[in-house]
Amino acid sequence: MQDLQRVRDEAMAGLAAAGDEAALEAWRIQYLGRKGQVLELLRAIPDLPADERPSFGQAANALKGELTAAFDERQQVVAQAKLAAELAAEGVDVTLPGRRPQLGRLHPSTQTLREIYDIFAVMGFQVYTSPDVETDQYNFELLNMPPGHPARDMWDTFYTTTPGVIMRTHTSPGQIHAMRDLGPDKPIRVILPGMCYRYEQVTARSEMMFHQVEGLAIGRNITMADLKGVIVEFANQIYGAGRKLRFRCSHFPFTEPSVEADVDCILCGGKGCAVCKYTGWLEIMGAGMVHPTVLRNGGYDPGEWSGFAFGMGPERITMLKHGITDIRYFFGNDVRFLEQFG
Amino acid sequence: MTVIRVPLSWLNDFVDIHDLDPIELAERLTLAGLEVEHIRWVGLNPSPRYHVPPERMDEADGLPWEQDKIFVGEIIRTERHPDADRLLLATVEYGGPKPMTIITGAPNLRPGDTMIKIAFAVIGARLVDPYADSYKTMVLKAGKIRGIQSEGMACSEKELGISEEHEGIILLPVNAPVGMSLADYMGDAVLEMDLTPNLARNLNILGVAREVAALYDRPLKRSQVELASLAGIVHPEEMPRPQGPAAPFTRIVIEDPDLCPRYTATLIRDVEIGPSPGWVQDRLRKAGVRPISNIVDATNYVMLEWGQPTHAFDYDLLVERARQALAESDDSSGRSLRSTPEGLTEPVLPTIIMRRARPGEKMTTLDGVERQLTTDMLMITDTLGPIAVGGVMGGLETEVNEHTRNVLLEAAAFDYINNRRTSQALRLPSEATARFSKGISPEMTVPAGQRCARMMADLAAGTVVEGIEDCYPLPQPSVQVEITPAEVRRILGMDVPAAQMRDILQRLEFTVEDVESATAPQGAETAPLRVTVPWFRLDVSIPADLIEEIVRVIGYDTLPTTLMDDALPPQWRNWALEGREQVRDLLMGAGLQDSISYALIGPEMNRKLLAAQGEPVYDALASRAPADALLPLILDPATLVRLENPLTPATDRLRSTLLGSMLNALAANLRTVGRVALFEIGKVYWPLPGELLPAEPEHVAIALAGPREAGAWLNRNDTLMDFFDLKGVVEELLERLGLLGDVRFEPAIHPLFGPKAAQALLKGRPIGVLGEVHPAVRRAFDLPDQRAAVAELRLAPLAAAASARQKMRPLSSFPAIKEDLALLVDESVTAEQVEQAIRQGGGSLLRQVTLFDVYRGKQVPAGKKSLAYALTFQADDKTLKDADVEKVRRRIVARLGQTVGAELRA
Ligand SMILES: [Zn+2]
Repeated sequence: MQDLQRVRDEAMAGLAAAGDEAALEAWRIQYLGRKGQVLELLRAIPDLPADERPSFGQAANALKGELTAAFDERQQVVAQAKLAAELAAEGVDVTLPGRRPQLGRLHPSTQTLREIYDIFAVMGFQVYTSPDVETDQYNFELLNMPPGHPARDMWDTFYTTTPGVIMRTHTSPGQIHAMRDLGPDKPIRVILPGMCYRYEQVTARSEMMFHQVEGLAIGRNITMADLKGVIVEFANQIYGAGRKLRFRCSHFPFTEPSVEADVDCILCGGKGCAVCKYTGWLEIMGAGMVHPTVLRNGGYDPGEWSGFAFGMGPERITMLKHGITDIRYFFGNDVRFLEQFG
Repeated sequence: MTVIRVPLSWLNDFVDIHDLDPIELAERLTLAGLEVEHIRWVGLNPSPRYHVPPERMDEADGLPWEQDKIFVGEIIRTERHPDADRLLLATVEYGGPKPMTIITGAPNLRPGDTMIKIAFAVIGARLVDPYADSYKTMVLKAGKIRGIQSEGMACSEKELGISEEHEGIILLPVNAPVGMSLADYMGDAVLEMDLTPNLARNLNILGVAREVAALYDRPLKRSQVELASLAGIVHPEEMPRPQGPAAPFTRIVIEDPDLCPRYTATLIRDVEIGPSPGWVQDRLRKAGVRPISNIVDATNYVMLEWGQPTHAFDYDLLVERARQALAESDDSSGRSLRSTPEGLTEPVLPTIIMRRARPGEKMTTLDGVERQLTTDMLMITDTLGPIAVGGVMGGLETEVNEHTRNVLLEAAAFDYINNRRTSQALRLPSEATARFSKGISPEMTVPAGQRCARMMADLAAGTVVEGIEDCYPLPQPSVQVEITPAEVRRILGMDVPAAQMRDILQRLEFTVEDVESATAPQGAETAPLRVTVPWFRLDVSIPADLIEEIVRVIGYDTLPTTLMDDALPPQWRNWALEGREQVRDLLMGAGLQDSISYALIGPEMNRKLLAAQGEPVYDALASRAPADALLPLILDPATLVRLENPLTPATDRLRSTLLGSMLNALAANLRTVGRVALFEIGKVYWPLPGELLPAEPEHVAIALAGPREAGAWLNRNDTLMDFFDLKGVVEELLERLGLLGDVRFEPAIHPLFGPKAAQALLKGRPIGVLGEVHPAVRRAFDLPDQRAAVAELRLAPLAAAASARQKMRPLSSFPAIKEDLALLVDESVTAEQVEQAIRQGGGSLLRQVTLFDVYRGKQVPAGKKSLAYALTFQADDKTLKDADVEKVRRRIVARLGQTVGAELRA
């Protein structure tokens, strides 16, 4: 029995000192292994006097149980300590930059064009396109500007070496294409995006090439009040809710009445700033009711049909949105510019 | 667009605007279509509504004069400065508690001068710094010169921001009220308006006044300028024809009335050429015209005021020319100078003839340039030849000069389209052509001519010969338009009562009559109105024109804002657009930046793109395969669409490939960043034989250069992107569009590329090329000496795939078995051939074939290469056993042996 007590004391002390898995394993072999001290004690039972055997056996088995439980407990403690140490060793500088996937971006004009498509799609306008290289007939004559008409001076034109063929100065020839293609006798609601060209010195404010998006709605019941509604809706969608809209009388040979649409300046809220030239208003598009001559040229009877048209510049919208001050960045393809958007 | 400058003081001659805030007026005009771009303050103080803060006002904004610092002053005494010969001491009354003493060096003051009215600024006044290099304002400081304190300043025009004049001080009229603030006395503001071409009638003070009168419902001050002959008359037919002169002074012949429907002439005798009075010069300057002499100033003044350009001839020179012409004709007919029986020479009258120029005719215009005329130009001629280009510029020979005594004043009407063409052809744009080329009523000639003649007489102490010579072969027709309230409603979406329509149109000087109609009795609210257009409105001919007049006067802010309730037109899926944008999204997802470049290129672009032609590498390749099987991208530059009037030689034609601009973009970007991955979707322009317009297909271009991974600390990969990075992007794009299975890549010989180049064929048809840029081309584009890979593909076949739907393959729930296969093949065998053989041999159980190694070198015999594949086997209905896989594997090996002569590598 004294042996039992001694083994117990030694075992408990040894267990408490075992600090890692290897020490624990050595301890287990020493005390609970097949040749361990506890089994040695049990194996010695037959050699004991008969009357001591039951109580010794009981005590030895109890010791085995006690040591096994203590071992399990100690093993958990050691495992936890080990895990904690491992985790502690894995700590990182979380401010180091992450592994970034390489993704591309959309050109800022593309982004604006997509916004425009989406906004007008909701109102039932679909995208319709026509050529960049146009005839004088479509770009001017059919739009109520016969040769020599003074209004032609509003558009500085690139002429090609083929007589009668020019670079389109606006997307408006698309109006005639759309009417002749989609009509007659059917209502039309389209937007006409495309690149336009002007014989203009390239400066921070003017480009020889730029996008335009024309809009055209034709029906038996289309009014100027509807035009106002569509532009208000568009302005609120693209520049943010609560925009104030102002129509100013203007002149385009292919619309009558013609207007310029202004919104209250998105930068100063109408108080006046350098961008709005202290007027509080930003010009966003030209618009008007399709001129009867143009309707007729498109195959529609102006007595029965009416329509409106508008035209805007996506680059200008983009410049306002992002505070871009020089239009020449758009087609300069400098990735340091392009990477800033989207 | 034409800019005019309208001084409010001048405008006030015709319509009372003294109570209107200039800013409010400018806004009202702008909303009505007469865009006021800018207001320049000439002394007048801006109202609080003016948005430009005073410290930001510059030369264009003008200089307001402080009410409490700048006054009408009077010099009561002038004496020499005791210690400075060239300076004067002047004592000035200005309404203050006591007179002030100023020191001045003004050359227009003399010792002893008294009772002289001046513009007087006290210390602290803000003035223009007359000695600054550019426009700058300054605050007047007290100064002491040789012991005497100057307490203020007598201002020059420059110091007050009126003009550049700084020779002397401003001398005000003797009746100027001393002590009044100068701003109240003579402050003005100038509206700078930019008018659309339909507003020719408003390119003058009277025209703007007419608008103001209509918009504010105020009367025109007709008596002010003797407008009696115009009052209330709207039908051109009712305009009174002017009285001819008692004794004719010229004959007028219009040979081409289509180009010159009316010509009038007035004679002003005994003028003295000299400078105009100050008020005329002041008005001209404010309106942006330089004063020259009284006769020229009068023509400019009336043009600015009435919109009718006129021309002044030296009458005596015309008479002399007529005499000369007569002499020449007499000489040639062998007779002596024509004379009366009494022997007295009969007075010779000039004959003014309007006709098209004769072939080869020339004339020296008053700018001293000899002009070659063409037969579609309208000339003003006399019996000796051309004396002016009609409505464009006068001739040098008959110009008014300092010796002129008698002036023949022309006021005429010209065809506006012909006038525009002539001024463009001669490159002679002017204030006159800016007006004539937009259309002026022939009726304007007489009143404006009369106004101008009277003004010449007044300014130059001459007399107007009573009566006007008038030739008017093509009278202006009267225009009538009918309009109904229903039509107004149909277009505007808003009811405008007939009474309001009538009121507005009458304010605009239209005549309005009620008309009977089948549906509405005369005078009813729904009855049509018959509207007669006033003679000065050449821009109104249809109901829509009247609708614009009505709504712009009512104001567009009264238009309701409605949502279209018209039938929605049929809607369709726009696959071309959706496909294009899908391609764009895929390329963006592949890590490329969307870009847009100029479609205009120069002749040097082709030279650069073809820089490798003639280089040995290219020639060696070219001998092996014809290049014309490829997608044609670099077209013969002679066939490209060319501009007649390019801005620069480098932008004189349209591109036939996107790759030139892509290479430019690569080069430009590689100067600032190390890695560039770009794409562009844009049009190219291919001339079509026999067609007027070119084809404009859209293409996709891709460009890669620089390291594979831009290089952060974790995943830096400095290997330069090459052909296979590019091909990977193209494959991924095709794969995602469901096209990869139908596309084959073939080696390509292309002038742009070195040997690493391919063309892609979709079902056998070329859809694009890709490759590493030839070193010679890189050099031509100033690219750095490192790999760059570019591709160009047709968009249409890619976009067309966007509407195709991919079919789902079933997913197997049984385990897959992976095996590797290493092969030895001849160099000439392609990966495509090997993979094809593997797939044929593998059948349906072979699910995936991945090439994971290509090896040449040790253990591989020369002329051979080793390819290693990872194969994945799987069945849909059972777990594969080793024996199953072994059977398939043997089939694959057999197939490889038969078709490409592959051996298994141990
Ligand atoms: Zn603003």
